[in-house]
Amino acid sequence: MSRRVVVTGLGVLAPGGIGVKAFWELLCEGRTATRRITFFDASPFRSQVAAEIDFDPEAAGLGPQEVRRMDRAAQLAVVATRQAVADSGIEPAGLDPARTGVSLGSAVGATMSLDQEYRVVSDGGRDWLVDHRYAVPHLYGHFVPSSFAAEVAWQVGAEGPAAVISTGCTSGLDAVGHGAELIGEGSADVVIAGATDAPISPITVACFDAVKATTPRNDDPEHASRPFDASRNGFVLGEGAAVFVLEELQHARARGARVYAEIAGYATRSNAFHMTGLRPDGVEMAEAIRVALDRARLDPRDVDYVNAHGSGTKQNDRHETAAFKRSLGEHARRVPISSIKSMVGHSLGAIGSIELAASMLAMTHHVVPPTANLHEPDPECDLDYVPLVARPHHTDTVLSVGSGFGGFQSAVVLARPDRDAA
Amino acid sequence: MNRVVVTGLGVVAPNGLGAAAYWDNTLAGRGGIGPVRRFDATGYPATLAGEVPGFAAEEHLPGRLLPQTDHMTRLALVAADWALADAGLAADAGTDLSIGVVTASSSGGFEFGQRELQNLWAKGGEHVSAYQSFAWFYAVNTGQISIRHGLRGPSGVVVSDQAGGLDAVGQARRQIRQGARAVVSGGVDGSLCPWGWAAQLSTGRLSTATDPARAYLPFDEAADGHVYGEGGAILVLEDAAAARRRGARSYGEVAGYGAAFDPRPGSGRPPALRRAVEAALADAGATPGEVDVVFADGAAVPELDDAEAAALAAVFGPYGVPVTAPKTMTGRLSSGAGGLDLAAALLSMRDAVVPPTTNVVPAPRHALDLVGSPRALPVRTALVLARGAGGFNSAVLLRAG
Amino acid sequence: MQSPILTIDQLLRILRESAGESDAVPGGDVLDTEFADLGYDSLALLEATGRIGREYGLRLDDDVVVAAVTPRQLLAVVNETADR
Repeated sequence: MSRRVVVTGLGVLAPGGIGVKAFWELLCEGRTATRRITFFDASPFRSQVAAEIDFDPEAAGLGPQEVRRMDRAAQLAVVATRQAVADSGIEPAGLDPARTGVSLGSAVGATMSLDQEYRVVSDGGRDWLVDHRYAVPHLYGHFVPSSFAAEVAWQVGAEGPAAVISTGCTSGLDAVGHGAELIGEGSADVVIAGATDAPISPITVACFDAVKATTPRNDDPEHASRPFDASRNGFVLGEGAAVFVLEELQHARARGARVYAEIAGYATRSNAFHMTGLRPDGVEMAEAIRVALDRARLDPRDVDYVNAHGSGTKQNDRHETAAFKRSLGEHARRVPISSIKSMVGHSLGAIGSIELAASMLAMTHHVVPPTANLHEPDPECDLDYVPLVARPHHTDTVLSVGSGFGGFQSAVVLARPDRDAA
Repeated sequence: MNRVVVTGLGVVAPNGLGAAAYWDNTLAGRGGIGPVRRFDATGYPATLAGEVPGFAAEEHLPGRLLPQTDHMTRLALVAADWALADAGLAADAGTDLSIGVVTASSSGGFEFGQRELQNLWAKGGEHVSAYQSFAWFYAVNTGQISIRHGLRGPSGVVVSDQAGGLDAVGQARRQIRQGARAVVSGGVDGSLCPWGWAAQLSTGRLSTATDPARAYLPFDEAADGHVYGEGGAILVLEDAAAARRRGARSYGEVAGYGAAFDPRPGSGRPPALRRAVEAALADAGATPGEVDVVFADGAAVPELDDAEAAALAAVFGPYGVPVTAPKTMTGRLSSGAGGLDLAAALLSMRDAVVPPTTNVVPAPRHALDLVGSPRALPVRTALVLARGAGGFNSAVLLRAG
Repeated sequence: MQSPILTIDQLLRILRESAGESDAVPGGDVLDTEFADLGYDSLALLEATGRIGREYGLRLDDDVVVAAVTPRQLLAVVNETADR
């Protein structure tokens, strides 16, 4: 009998507001948090819009040394961890350290700090032989993003298995899937799992400009992220973190914890096709969905809501539509599907966990968040993508999917743990 | 639970390109540490590194892959080619969705990243390469290996500094137990560029010695930091039954794996390496007495050497098991280290000989049976350890068969 | 029309430098061979057209570049942009 894994706490820092309440209100109102980039002068760049968080780390509870030591992505992860632990009602002092693990996703690690620090040590790009004496003392922690997992572990005194999972834009799903596997196999009873990224920095903006993956819709930043719309022309870069307390089911029940959802199934596949491109038929994503549902012992018809990857690139949204049809059959035309990237942008490795948080809140409130800015659907994206307005909808089971550079295709199935008893 | 065996090895090490050259040199005690050649390090406090010799990427890889890959990704791609060829395994339409790739990374394609940061800040954003969108990021080796060989199965990337190479193998084994037929795993790493060097120097743990024979001395009284190196090994892990059915040779079984994280600094609680070792033993159903040799992490930082020696003494007793650290010949390879030590341990099993730890006179206080010259010894069970900065501890137990 | 600022030899050099050696047999008439058959995918073309834009100080229209599937078509796009 495999051990079952449930989510008992969540913390979210997403564009548009700090904390779960602000996040859910934004989604339910269909508001967008995309805007002109304010972090630096983006005028030389092709894409000048992003979904930024108004985040003051000291106001969020971090000490001056923590702020100095950690990249912004680590700061977001630590604050989200504190929210999640408080939400779960767990007292860190009561956890068995050896039975508590960490699985944190991040696609690009401390890119923002590395970008800024490089400018200093190279004297504005003049010196290839950089002057290490100008580097911050904790540069190694930016160099190797496993430092993020260490920071999270220290928050709760975790001494079980810990790692950063870095599978590009599916990191946020894969980190939660990995955390659930650790509990399922018996390597831990509690895992702090989630993901973070803070990529809104010149080097990231420049490289996505070069592959033309981000939108150049600079004259209308609030409506720049347009998943499934015929006028979409690229994603909007975002940032954020979502962290969960994962617990073995009996462990959670023994302490009377509130349960958001069971991590009922997870699977990932690679398209082995192209570092940035997608095969149009969606075969690998469909296979990940099929296996995740199979592991959850659920049928496609059981899925009440699909949280899409929906990045808003021409190629992704068609690829994904094909994958849904291939894996869910006729049910693909009946189930509501939406992309919250229309509102909070695409925070690379973090977004998978942020989308899982949205999915759990959809289960909590029986409301499906909309796809904002979807006025004129692409005829090739002909499913129910819940345009513009949140929809009351009985939601017990959610499928959340992701797709990323490197060819990763992942799927997580969330369900209610008491579904068998019903 | 199904057993998982290693059926292929691909090695790119500072003291040997290819498994055969690496193993010959390692048994002969020939090291690959020397002055940095990939950039001019003479102005920095540390000037030695382990660099993979004689590697010309264009001899091994198609021209189309060169502009889009960092040096360490090229090394990884070649190691993966060799590992799959060694295993005699290729994906086809019937198996490709069940063969995956799980590699470790620490800092991604950092030299590539430095070049693009230089373009950005010296010339402007329009000079940044399209390839920067993936050549730097941590997932690059897994992605490129899966594409090159058409491997569409469950894949992943683990980042836990130098513990990562073993954690990737633990994750690969997990995927096979869940139904994958085979997973290409291990890790190849390397950030030998000025910007990576600045990051390494910030730890204060790089040896500033200039004599390669005196620079990296784990467990020695003179231990004073390590030498950083590039390279590693890619391993093909395979479901044992599937490997047997196709008549593949097994180097050995990945019988146990354990990982544990150190307590928060200043907490006064004991370090976690011992728990990782005990977890790997328990996972394999093995007793300490069965272990024929330990491949140590060998940090060469006195307090970390103390912690490792103490963990080994606690589990095996003082002088209780032969211990070796052939990485004294390569330097510390970050996420490449675990894979390379696993390869060395598997070759020890094959040839019944334990490779030496070079240049080290073990400090008596460590109470270690440190293997100083090749030791003929039937190796049926080997334990491989790795630790990553920040507190990551991992252990893999290998068994013959 | 003025003399073209970009010739086929220059284009092939830029492709080689930015995306690696072509998979096709060199020396053949490649003007009308599709980039895909030369071994250059969309990413290779993004990298190459980025470099053309920088070297020749041009702003190339994304959609028009994507529509060019052979060297002859891409040369026409670049040289027409330069003429404007």
